Amino acid sequence: MTSTVGGRSPGLALPKSELLEMYRQMVLIRRFEEAAAEQYALGKIAGFLHLYIGEEAVAVGAIRAMDPRDHLVTHYRDHGYALALGLDPGRCMAELFGKSTGLVGGRGGSMHFADASKNFWGGYAIVSGHLPIAVGLGLASQYQDERRVAVAIFGDGATNAGPFHESMNLAALWKLPVLFLCENNQYGMGTAVEYASAVREMARKACAYDMPAERVDGQDVLAVYDATKAALEHCRSGNGPFFIEALTYRFRGHSMADPEMYRSKEEVEEYRRQRDPIVLFRTRLTQEGIAVATEFEEIDREIEEVVAAAVRFAEESPEPDPATVMEHVYAEPVRVS
Amino acid sequence: MAREITYRDALREALREEMYRDERVFLMGEDIGHYGGSYAVTRGFLQEFGPKRVRDTPIAELGIVGAGIGAAIGGLRPVVEIMTINFSLLAMDQIVNHLAKLHYMFNGQFTAPVVIRTAAGFGQLGATHSQTFEGWYAHVPGLRVVMPAVPKDAKGFLKSAIRGNDPVIFIEHSLIYRNRGEVPDDEDFLLPLEGAEVRREGTDVTIVSWSRGYYLALGAAEELAREGIDCEVIDLRVLRPLDIDTVVRSVQKTNRLVVVEEGWRTLAMGAEIAAAVQERAFDYLDAPIARVGSLEVPMPYARNLERLVVPNKDRVVAAVRQVLYQKQPVTVG
Ligand SMILES: Cc1ncc(C[n+]2csc(CCOP(=O)(O)OP(=O)(O)O)c2C)c(N)n1
Ligand SMILES: [Mg+2]
Repeated sequence: MTSTVGGRSPGLALPKSELLEMYRQMVLIRRFEEAAAEQYALGKIAGFLHLYIGEEAVAVGAIRAMDPRDHLVTHYRDHGYALALGLDPGRCMAELFGKSTGLVGGRGGSMHFADASKNFWGGYAIVSGHLPIAVGLGLASQYQDERRVAVAIFGDGATNAGPFHESMNLAALWKLPVLFLCENNQYGMGTAVEYASAVREMARKACAYDMPAERVDGQDVLAVYDATKAALEHCRSGNGPFFIEALTYRFRGHSMADPEMYRSKEEVEEYRRQRDPIVLFRTRLTQEGIAVATEFEEIDREIEEVVAAAVRFAEESPEPDPATVMEHVYAEPVRVS
Repeated sequence: MAREITYRDALREALREEMYRDERVFLMGEDIGHYGGSYAVTRGFLQEFGPKRVRDTPIAELGIVGAGIGAAIGGLRPVVEIMTINFSLLAMDQIVNHLAKLHYMFNGQFTAPVVIRTAAGFGQLGATHSQTFEGWYAHVPGLRVVMPAVPKDAKGFLKSAIRGNDPVIFIEHSLIYRNRGEVPDDEDFLLPLEGAEVRREGTDVTIVSWSRGYYLALGAAEELAREGIDCEVIDLRVLRPLDIDTVVRSVQKTNRLVVVEEGWRTLAMGAEIAAAVQERAFDYLDAPIARVGSLEVPMPYARNLERLVVPNKDRVVAAVRQVLYQKQPVTVG
């Protein structure tokens, strides 16, 4: 597994402002998710809410390495990706509230964030269903000679589904610029990897398709950044797809309905104490002499305000206009009725 | 003797009793073991029966349904759980092209007694997690499709499904697991997997529904009873084979029919029922048959939009008024 601990990371050569921006985004995701959980408890958010707490380094490291022209499709645990793309936290929160100012006007909710202007083609909630779509985005890029990479983010659980294998084969067969980024958080809902996958290391699944793969420490934002940067370069240069397995851990339940009977409190505590990606990054930046405590505190304070403002914005936004309920079923007008 | 239990407990009892009764019965599905079942139907089963008989599976709907078919041919009695009916679409090929065909295609030489348990439902779950496809399965010869509304039927049907020799698509509903009802105290309580039931007798209008829709129909009937409109409510219970006789008999008495379903109306159960009823009882009808269903859109997440889309009691009431040619302020969707 690739980690940057004890070694040099190309990511560390980024300007200080960018490194602090990565820290800022991770804190933003953490506070945003905490606020979402609170609002869920208050009944302002309903349905399925899957939090990204504990996994922030994957979204932030990977998306920072992407070119703005690259495509992104993800699974339903998608708030972190949206925030790492720089989407407005207010509009993200408004989507959770089902408000008209939300990213998709309140039609999607937590699982279906999207922003076409950022080439973020959406969060998808049928496990593995978006992987063939990533293949198609890669195909469009290759076909039009665009040198854009299609990045697909998905979980360990998705790698056991048929669409995953069909997508891997297609991408490899046609040498498409697709980055398969697997977040192995060690559980698919309540089923541990060992009960669901014949192969414990997701990266090894790429062997079957002769696809290069790398395992990285998903709690180490620099490791994710470095690996993604290199993988994107590989894809962009016409070498076909690449597979990254980021080892991570979700600190909260699968969704808000999860009684968490499948793992021990101690296991979760251990990760929270030892493997919190935000703490690890902050420590790293401190040790490298890049930033000092007051700088982090300043960011933390700013984020508190950003998130409070996002909640206010969501709260104060209007519900979708009922008159719009039939809009967007088709892109072309329907003339019969 | 009978006790009042929840719909969920009725299912739990059926599964437990059949598992104790017959070693060949086993469960497989996503998160049914360590997680405890996404709707807690199988909570504690892994501990009680062990991992051989309560099998957590990968997220592989097509694979596990297919494996269920093979296991059934091989002599077992698999109960495959598909977390929600939305995900059953991934297994559609195994269900439609394989499971439904074997017995006929191979000239009755063998059977594949697989029970597929799954759940419909909604509740701000968005476009891909709020659907209901009973009509799709009911379209297919070779499948038996049941959608019980009350705990008694849930238990009796599930036990019969497990003991029977045909494939059964057993559809639950996430919003009725806590509903309570009387269930007989008999380990051999079985219900034949066919037949609708008249649950409320009436003379003015027949309302047909099933699963959670039955409760909407009943609620509407009770509300209308206060103004002297007497509705007969039929719980269809089984969608294939369809007991149209019970519906026709009722329409011959009331001369008016409203069908209530949760999904889209186009090419759905209501369309089939309306067609079958006009074939059999055209001369008895005093008004066009009304169908209540959801608006023809993918389900929006926002609460206010979702409320517009799904059928509710008011819309059933409005449909009843419509077939009675009564004036009303509300439009029927
Ligand atoms: C086809 C399908 N089957 C089942 C589900 C229910 N489900 C939602 S998330 C999930 C677990 C996915 O695990 P993983 O891919 O590891 O992603 P994670 O949630 O851990 O990020 C399951 C089983 C679904 N959404 N789609
Ligand atoms: Mg996972």
